Amino acid sequence: MAWEGLRRIGFRKKKEMPGGLWMRCPDCGKLVYKKAVEEALRVCPECRFHFELSAAERVELLLDEGSFVEHFGELSPVDPLGFAAKRSYRERLREAQEQTGLRDACVVGTGTIEGTELVFGVTDPSFLRGSMGSVVGEKITRAIELATERRLPFVFVSGSGGGARMDEGVLSLMQMAKTSAALARYDEAGGFFVSVLTNPTMGGAMASFAALGDVVVAEPGALIGFAGPNVIKNTMKVELPAGFQRSEFLMDHGFLDMILPRDQLRATLARLLGYCPVR
Amino acid sequence: MAKKKAPENPLGFEAPIEELEKKIQELEAFAASTEMDLTAQIAQLKVRCTELKRDIYGGLSPWQRVQIARHPNRPATTDYAAALFDDCLELHGDRAYADDRAILTALARLDSRRVLLVGHRKGKTTKERLSCNFGSAHPEGYRKALLKMQFAAKYGLPVITLINTPGAYPGIGAEERGQAQVIARNLMEMARLPVPVVSVVIGEGGSGGALGIGVGDRILMLENAYYSVISPEGCSAILWKTGEMTEEAARILKLTARDLRGLGVIDEVVPEPLGGAHRDPAEAVRLLKAALLRNLDDLGRMGRDELLASRYEKFRRIGRFVEEPIPEAPAASPEPEGAHPQPAIARS
Repeated sequence: MAWEGLRRIGFRKKKEMPGGLWMRCPDCGKLVYKKAVEEALRVCPECRFHFELSAAERVELLLDEGSFVEHFGELSPVDPLGFAAKRSYRERLREAQEQTGLRDACVVGTGTIEGTELVFGVTDPSFLRGSMGSVVGEKITRAIELATERRLPFVFVSGSGGGARMDEGVLSLMQMAKTSAALARYDEAGGFFVSVLTNPTMGGAMASFAALGDVVVAEPGALIGFAGPNVIKNTMKVELPAGFQRSEFLMDHGFLDMILPRDQLRATLARLLGYCPVR
Repeated sequence: MAKKKAPENPLGFEAPIEELEKKIQELEAFAASTEMDLTAQIAQLKVRCTELKRDIYGGLSPWQRVQIARHPNRPATTDYAAALFDDCLELHGDRAYADDRAILTALARLDSRRVLLVGHRKGKTTKERLSCNFGSAHPEGYRKALLKMQFAAKYGLPVITLINTPGAYPGIGAEERGQAQVIARNLMEMARLPVPVVSVVIGEGGSGGALGIGVGDRILMLENAYYSVISPEGCSAILWKTGEMTEEAARILKLTARDLRGLGVIDEVVPEPLGGAHRDPAEAVRLLKAALLRNLDDLGRMGRDELLASRYEKFRRIGRFVEEPIPEAPAASPEPEGAHPQPAIARS
């Protein structure tokens, strides 16, 4: 349990986990047996709502036991703009670090999926909504460069409601260009990138690395898009259609290769890696 | 049809200048009609007016610059297309869905050089503004831009992109057609476009919608332009739950040309005439042209590989962080270079 991210296992949000044996699913509103949710890999047994997973839980879910070696874990965020409104960025960072045991919203490393070696990364949606600042952009870029050097496949699991992190201003925006440029080189070197989209993947994450997989898969019902639904609703004064910006909507419009329920993710990733060995 | 002109002075802080300029005009008219010699008084007022401009424009707040960047009379892409370039030949359509008027793509000549011009188009009249969605492009606009840039690359034409957008269009159709997907694609493809790319933020640099045509070998910014991850209005709404803190939001976002030069995001601040480009568009064109020619000259000397390597390095360097060793790394296993191995994650 020494791995930083594993300090907080279990449901993070109190409203999701009020204690006791039962919990209410935030999506369908039904009372469900907590153990049943856990056993279903944090999926609601009633409506199949996929709860968010931490970075550590993703590693545990997808990689072979004990195979993960974290890289670039020494990268830590700073406050480049001296950003402060009602609360300062420094304060919010410290709070997120304490709550999650992570230094920033992204964990990358190497490991195996059913024996196939790969570079793996994940954003943790509970760390400042999984938003991308300098550290997240740098870690993703270094992970892609590592995969390019070692000629390994690259799997990245995105969960980012915030997209580019406002608190680091244009530096965050430019991480979109940086990660995409690294993917262009990886692509030219014959790399194989599988982008896994989870709830939510929005804004600057989706408008850069997350959309650029050779294969793009999503968990069911995940919110995926560019502009936030409330932004569209409020600026355009329109009612949004049912299921707007959900995985199934993106599938219908041609932006996904597959929608994979959580319990099929690992096995399907293994099959994909088997089909496309990096040359 | 006569173009509807926007009000001359929508900016409150410019009022004293407008007042003085009006006074000078009146005095000049009066002098002409009565044949009185007021030359000395007029000259004096003009000196005072210049001083006033220096005072007011010398100490502009970030929010005031945002307002100048959005000024309806500020030279926009179409103005530069007409004044900066010769023989502009517009190319339309993304070959997939539509022609998005919010992005202009055109073959053009800059002095003797053939280039591709790509720029956000805001429109000048109300009708045009509506048809351009005020410079907010849809996926077809970004797709058109990429298609023409790849065409330009085939013929070795350098690309000049003029950025001036409040942001990519936030709408149902835009999402259905993959707004995020096309911007991502543009970032990836622009990173490896084998011709020189010079991007200039000429007014508003609104987040991903700006970056979508902004992956250049050089990023220039006009003195009063802004470039931001979110609009001051959006930032104000998120942080203060009100739209009224735009002044403070603009300040903390560090969105001015000078701030971004300091952060290593942009390469060059292109000066504007005193009071902003809208006060002397011809001079603004001259200043931008000089900067463009100089940068194209520099880039023209690079070979393809050097160009692409330096573009990669340019974006690779952007970002601020520290590297601190992990204190609780276990002593048990020796660390291979560059990696920080952690013990296996036990499965429950």
